[in-house]
Amino acid sequence: MKQARSSTRLAGVLTLAAAALLSGCKAALLEPAGRVAADEKQLIITSTLLMLIVVIPVIILTLYFAWKYRASNTEATYMPNWSYSHRIEAVVWGIPIAIILVLGILTWKTTHELDPYKPLESSVKPITIEVVSLDWKWLFIYPEQHIATVNEIQFPAGTPVNFKITSDTVMNVFFIPQLGSQIYAMAGMQTQVNLIADQPGVYDGLSTNFSGAGFPDMKFTATATSQADFDAWVAKVKASGGKLGLDNYADLAKPTQKDPVKYFGNVEPVLFSAVLDKYMDKSSGLKLADKICLPTKVAGAAGDMQAKQRAE
Amino acid sequence: MSTIVHQQSQTFGAHPHSDGPDHEHHHDAGGNTVFGFWIYLMSDCLLFASLFAGYAVLSRNTAGGPTGAQLFDLKYVAIETLFLLLSSITYGMAMMGTLKRNATKVLLWLAITGLFGLGFIGMELNEFHHLIEEGNGPQRSAFLSAFFSLVGTHGIHVSSGLLWLAVLMYQVWTKGVTETNRTRLMCLSLFWHFLDIVWICVFTVVYLMGFL
Amino acid sequence: MDFLFGKLSWDAIPFHEPVAMGGVMGMVIAGLAVLIGVTYFKKWGYLYREWLTSVDHKKLGIMYIILALVMLLRGFADAAMMRTQQAMASGGNEGFLHPDHYNQVFTAHGVIMIFFMAMPFMVGLMNIVVPLQIGARDVAFPFVNSLSFWLTFSGAMLVNASLALGEFARTGWLAYPPLSELAYSPGVGVDYYIWALQISGLGTLLTGVNFFVTIVKMRAPGMTWMRLPIFTWTALCTNVLIIVAFPILTVTLAMLGADRYVGMHFFTNDGGGNAMMYVNLIWAWGHPEVYILVLPAFGIFSEITATFCSKKLFGYTSMVYATLAITVLSFMVWLHHFFTMGSGANVNAFFGIATMLISIPTGVKIFNWLFTMYRGRIRFSTPMLWTVGFIITFVIGGMTGVMLAVPGADFLLHNSLFLIAHFHNVIIGGVLFGYVAGMTYWFPKSFGFRLHEGLGKVAFWCWLIGFYVAFMPLYVLGFMGMTRRMQHYDNAAWQAWLIVAAVGALIIAAGIGAMVLQIAYSVWKRDELRDTTGDPWGGRTLEWMTDSPPPFYNFAHTPVVHTLDALAFMKERGDVHNRERYAEIHMPRNTGVGLIMGLLSLTLGFGLIWHIWWMAAGSFIGMIVAFIVRSFDEDVDYYVPIPEVERIENERHLKLANQG
Repeated sequence: MKQARSSTRLAGVLTLAAAALLSGCKAALLEPAGRVAADEKQLIITSTLLMLIVVIPVIILTLYFAWKYRASNTEATYMPNWSYSHRIEAVVWGIPIAIILVLGILTWKTTHELDPYKPLESSVKPITIEVVSLDWKWLFIYPEQHIATVNEIQFPAGTPVNFKITSDTVMNVFFIPQLGSQIYAMAGMQTQVNLIADQPGVYDGLSTNFSGAGFPDMKFTATATSQADFDAWVAKVKASGGKLGLDNYADLAKPTQKDPVKYFGNVEPVLFSAVLDKYMDKSSGLKLADKICLPTKVAGAAGDMQAKQRAE
Repeated sequence: MSTIVHQQSQTFGAHPHSDGPDHEHHHDAGGNTVFGFWIYLMSDCLLFASLFAGYAVLSRNTAGGPTGAQLFDLKYVAIETLFLLLSSITYGMAMMGTLKRNATKVLLWLAITGLFGLGFIGMELNEFHHLIEEGNGPQRSAFLSAFFSLVGTHGIHVSSGLLWLAVLMYQVWTKGVTETNRTRLMCLSLFWHFLDIVWICVFTVVYLMGFL
Repeated sequence: MDFLFGKLSWDAIPFHEPVAMGGVMGMVIAGLAVLIGVTYFKKWGYLYREWLTSVDHKKLGIMYIILALVMLLRGFADAAMMRTQQAMASGGNEGFLHPDHYNQVFTAHGVIMIFFMAMPFMVGLMNIVVPLQIGARDVAFPFVNSLSFWLTFSGAMLVNASLALGEFARTGWLAYPPLSELAYSPGVGVDYYIWALQISGLGTLLTGVNFFVTIVKMRAPGMTWMRLPIFTWTALCTNVLIIVAFPILTVTLAMLGADRYVGMHFFTNDGGGNAMMYVNLIWAWGHPEVYILVLPAFGIFSEITATFCSKKLFGYTSMVYATLAITVLSFMVWLHHFFTMGSGANVNAFFGIATMLISIPTGVKIFNWLFTMYRGRIRFSTPMLWTVGFIITFVIGGMTGVMLAVPGADFLLHNSLFLIAHFHNVIIGGVLFGYVAGMTYWFPKSFGFRLHEGLGKVAFWCWLIGFYVAFMPLYVLGFMGMTRRMQHYDNAAWQAWLIVAAVGALIIAAGIGAMVLQIAYSVWKRDELRDTTGDPWGGRTLEWMTDSPPPFYNFAHTPVVHTLDALAFMKERGDVHNRERYAEIHMPRNTGVGLIMGLLSLTLGFGLIWHIWWMAAGSFIGMIVAFIVRSFDEDVDYYVPIPEVERIENERHLKLANQG
């Protein structure tokens, strides 16, 4: 039959393709490089296994019943008016309830443990990185080291990193897949995520919320190094000169795409809170994220101009 | 923005008792219409609920501009409220006229209702005009956007009700208190009282609580 | 800016975008072909009298489904373009779709598939089937029903117009601010989005009210709640969801519109706006929306399983309670669409657990279908094939849904291709399979002849295989860290999987081709596929009692119902056809007011989008005037004379006797 032959051929092609694909398979989510991502990966696996308790029998039963009770099989029992059974009801309500109970408890527990705002337990002192999503690049400010970079961060492996995140444009999402927990970047609000890299390595970072024309290139690298290498990197950035202040920030915030890595050896300390202040309505008191309120403000006009430029 | 739905077409349904007679008299068409209107009002309830939710979230986002306490004149709003509440009473009187099939009574009380309604809308437009002139229009802040939208949507509903009232008055005047008109008067009645209730919530949540 | 033309100018036509122009030419040619065809065959009068001004639920249902199938082609074209672009655009390769265009394509794909394919398809099936299933002669408000259709039609036409004039939104199908605000989307795209959805949304809301009243008030005597056909139960729950959820959409879009048109600050970055509030509001509508789509599909599968297993549906009572549970729970889970927005662990955990709870009644339904098959006599006609395909596919999609419902897992998987694969898994496997199965099942009832089985099977297998080939790679890509809505990427490892996915899209295209062919061929060969009994499948519910197609008044005598599966019971008693004395039948007249108001809504939307204020104001006033004029019309119904009823019924009984 034509249909059977073409489906066999298709199956053959698919198998070959699968072999080719799986050979080079590097799945970021399945190769966590940090405690947070590792816990989250484990959650995915656990929830999958729990669900398979129901899914596999359902698929098997479906195929089995479809085959056994096909109309041409006149030997199979036929009970056209049988439509209820207490035992079956008990099982079909009971087993899913039991599975969801387990999963629910697991959910409650892990959601609290993996709360992005929760500081990570560690004997090592965390470092802070402030993040501003721009069009279409990521600005990173190191408040303790007084440096800033675009599209690149480094931090010591084994050190918890506390990211404080906002946006000076539309919504984006800050995400380093191999380190775990993505979180939204929103103007006028500060969100946080605490991540850690267990060993040195170079990890991809991106935005996962579509933010416009330059979105696909809004990528950054996150490199975990030894403490010594980290200090050397900080020194390198400082030595590169350049200062990021309120005055030239507006230039940086202009819409650009495919930005190369930039270093700023010096950064004005109030910059991050100034960005927050631009949009934060201090009279509101209803923000879900933390507030940082400082008196200085970047001129509102700069923000409007930025938005207009981007739209052109 | 939702528009009012008039259910004029008759409904077609099953006969409650067994078939037999030559002529199947039509089943409680008006009843279905009124029921349908109730359900539409429930959806309108959700509409206002969403506007209230938005207002609640944004009520403190004054963007450095004035708060409700600085803008609202409770005495003025109290008079507006009085107009609306009285108009509900007068509509009730019109409904009494409907029961008695007294077209004159119906028209008289509907007219008075309309006047109170116009008074309410006039005062509201005046309030809005005043705010906008002062530079406190809906573009001033998120709070004011939410205020104008919530109160304004209620006002648009009332205005639509007034248009409906006028058309219905004409229909009662020319055709009398027919079955169809009774159903329509009932629906408008529900609409009018519903808007009254919404206004009480607006008065409380927006104006009174603005001073908390 | 012009008084006469607003923002509209020759620049609006995408002459510089060949792909868009190709689409425009396609639409223009198709449209012209239809217009010329109708003119050539001199069918305008017929079309106007019998279809465009019809208030008959059966005809409106057919028109809804035609609209859905046409928009399926447009939505699928978008999908094919996306798959092709992503298969190509690896490394430095820019693909064939410029980012501005690609970003419109993925937005349009989502908007069309949800609002202008799935919704009309569902409303269409509900229109055709529900009044028949409850033994009624029409819906509660036939004029409003017509208005609802034309409003939906206008919304769809606005989306189509955006291809030829201006642009569509470039924001994703839910148009999150601040991206959708004027500052970041200054063109007309988001305005097309807003008005297309507001106008069609009003139509949908009216449908919700209409069918709720119909089901509550117009059931045949003896049809108590627990004797309601299961599809009608799911329709009832869907309509409740529509009535409660759609006003939220109306308000949210109105707020966004207010920001864009009047400079308000609901969701802007400045002025105290709160974009998070939009996300909450839109998903408070959006989650019930997906249940609006899937519940009727569940109902369809229940009907089909019972019929094609020649067996009572297993666990009817628990099916009903499960449906009600899903309806209620669907309002309590919306936050799971944005666990990653930083709401705090308590909130996230609550919504995660609430989401998982929905899988319990859903699982119960699946088992009930399985146990209907158990000890049945299963005939694998096309509708049953779709059903078996659905059970297997949907259960996988449900599993990935529960995975995503765990906030900790979602922190890795949010907005990735894993998410895309999940929702397509449940929407295609659940909603689409269900509606196509329903269309195949009820097609003979609507038209009097069946769809060709062989082509139906080809369509099914292409869709089933195509779905897996297209979407299983996306689950993998999610794990590989690929996020959604990317016009290009530089991770070369992703490309192979995207190529496989594109092949899957090709297979689905074959499936769609088979469906189109099936319909065309079946119309051509309709005499061979004719069904003269009115009951080609051995149905168990009242719609199979009537002729196919039913007489315009559905039932000469309103049936009296004694049990669940009313028709099956009547068949057992040999008591199906009532030939007692006929009575006059009260029916609504056709009217053009729904059509006029609908077309005015189209010009209203167009005027608002392009800032042609005279057009907008005139259309709005016109709609109100039309409505008021209608209210003065006293000639809105009539009585079918007894001789006419007799003639129609006798014809049918002759037909039944002749094949005896």
